[in-house]
Amino acid sequence: MNAYPKAYLYRRIVKAKLFIDAHFAEPIDVDAISNKAAFSKFHFIRLFKQVYGATPRAYLSKLRLDRAKLLLDEGTPVSDACNAAGFQSLSTFSRSFKRRMGSSPSSYRETRAQRIRSMVAQPMAFIPPCYALWSGWTELSNPG
Amino acid sequence: MDVRITHITVFVLDQDSALEFYVKKLGFKKHTDMPMHGGARWLTVSPPEQPELEIALMPAAPFGMWNAANAATMRDLVKQGLFGFAAMKCKDVRATYEELHAKGVEFAMPPTQQPFGMLAVFKDDSGNSFSLSEFEPKKGR
Repeated sequence: MNAYPKAYLYRRIVKAKLFIDAHFAEPIDVDAISNKAAFSKFHFIRLFKQVYGATPRAYLSKLRLDRAKLLLDEGTPVSDACNAAGFQSLSTFSRSFKRRMGSSPSSYRETRAQRIRSMVAQPMAFIPPCYALWSGWTELSNPG
Repeated sequence: MDVRITHITVFVLDQDSALEFYVKKLGFKKHTDMPMHGGARWLTVSPPEQPELEIALMPAAPFGMWNAANAATMRDLVKQGLFGFAAMKCKDVRATYEELHAKGVEFAMPPTQQPFGMLAVFKDDSGNSFSLSEFEPKKGR
């Protein structure tokens, strides 16, 4: 549907973004991504940044860190999270993670594990009182 | 006063389906997912740029203060798409529209030029409507 001007340009940029979203854990680079969108590399980087506020490389890095964070939330060992998220080395991953999150991957993982233990021990501490009352959830009716 | 909103409520027809929509399609993050008494589930998601704001995906079903009759009424109203529980904005409505459209999200209004910028309206998997705005810098917020 050509509902607005330059819809065809947006579709190509979005197609490239969706390619990154689907393949970020693989060893892809900007050349492969710009080819996918059928743009020259320079033109692609400029358009991508205009639309998404970040270069394709920065966006790719962010996606990898997001995935690693999610895996650590689930208790995945740090080295496994690093590999599964597409990082090529543990040191690069750890440095990038700490720069973004303010803590090392292992510290973050432990903090999240502690949160889960707290949720199991005191679930009502994580639900606003109005919702708990509204839903009929009380200290005596909670599992765990 | 330093009052802030921490949670908003979106009534949904199915929490599993809603979680899939908000996380896989809209790109929100799952914030809290806890089983509660009687098979209930406390489920919240957050926009990636607003990690402190929790959107409670509450089932339009009998539980707590909701008896069968009023839950059925709420369910029917949700199905009719009568609720707009929130308004949203983004950096680029056209790009967001293309991506959501590619992911199968239903739009009540495609990107349309407005005095303030661009506007689109989409529906979640339950039928709730959300406006999606892009404010032009000189006119925006």
